[in-house]
Amino acid sequence: MDDSMPTKGLIAYRILVFLLLMITWVIFSGLMDGFHLTLGLISCFIVTWMSSDLIFQNRRLSMLVRMKQIVSLILYLGWLFWQVVLSNVHLLKLAFSGSKAHEPQIVKYESKLETDFEKFMLANSITLTPGTVTVKIIGQTYYIHAISDVAASGLDGEMERRIAKIFAR
Amino acid sequence: MIQETIITIISTLLILCGLIFFLGAAVGLLRFPDFYTRMHAAGKGDTLSSFLVVLGFAVYQLHDFKFTEAGFKENWWVLLLILKLIGICAFIMITSPTSTHALMNAGWEDDIEPELKHKDANELEKDYPRK
Repeated sequence: MDDSMPTKGLIAYRILVFLLLMITWVIFSGLMDGFHLTLGLISCFIVTWMSSDLIFQNRRLSMLVRMKQIVSLILYLGWLFWQVVLSNVHLLKLAFSGSKAHEPQIVKYESKLETDFEKFMLANSITLTPGTVTVKIIGQTYYIHAISDVAASGLDGEMERRIAKIFAR
Repeated sequence: MIQETIITIISTLLILCGLIFFLGAAVGLLRFPDFYTRMHAAGKGDTLSSFLVVLGFAVYQLHDFKFTEAGFKENWWVLLLILKLIGICAFIMITSPTSTHALMNAGWEDDIEPELKHKDANELEKDYPRK
């Protein structure tokens, strides 16, 4: 861990991680009596103490920026869900149409995203949208298998702009 | 009584939609020409269809839920159950594309030839020839 990190940010992040873990515990246990809540408190405390640095990578960001990111991430997931619906309708059409509709190809896509999480989001989003699956990521180049010309032309960078907007400082 | 009927109809519709998408995925899996296009069917059909089916289950849990204070006190665990089901949905949304990607990558590393619309439509082979 880097020594130059301000400790104030660290404590706020620890509290955030602890709250996230505790909410998950309550939802999944569903038992509200003192015994089980105490067990939850103890185990969440131990996990936070040992590995609270696993969830958030850059802990120098202020909480306010983090919250903004989380809100825009949720909005983005809403948009992504609509893309998933379109993707499944597209697939349904392809499955029941003749084999002439298939024009499989592997295309290249250059992105400007840098951090691992951004890359992961983009790769997963590409896989979830109509007719495209990420095969390989080498550096910042994505190799994408597209099932038809229409699907390949859908990779126009709109998704990348949306993801870049979430993590813009 | 009316609430029960409406909830049952909504959840049945959701589950039926999910099953239609599952059918599409299964048909695609059998009819598509090669490994890569079949992965499209397997990877994508799963996401929305399991999401819809689980959402149908979640809605069905509300069929004897009363939207009054007494109802909340008696049946609050139903809301937790719905949150759990939504948790399953979120998990599927993350893992399904990841595993699709892993299988595609493994297929490529294992020298499976993709069926292409014409010979040159493969940027990956151009940049990183396998043989």
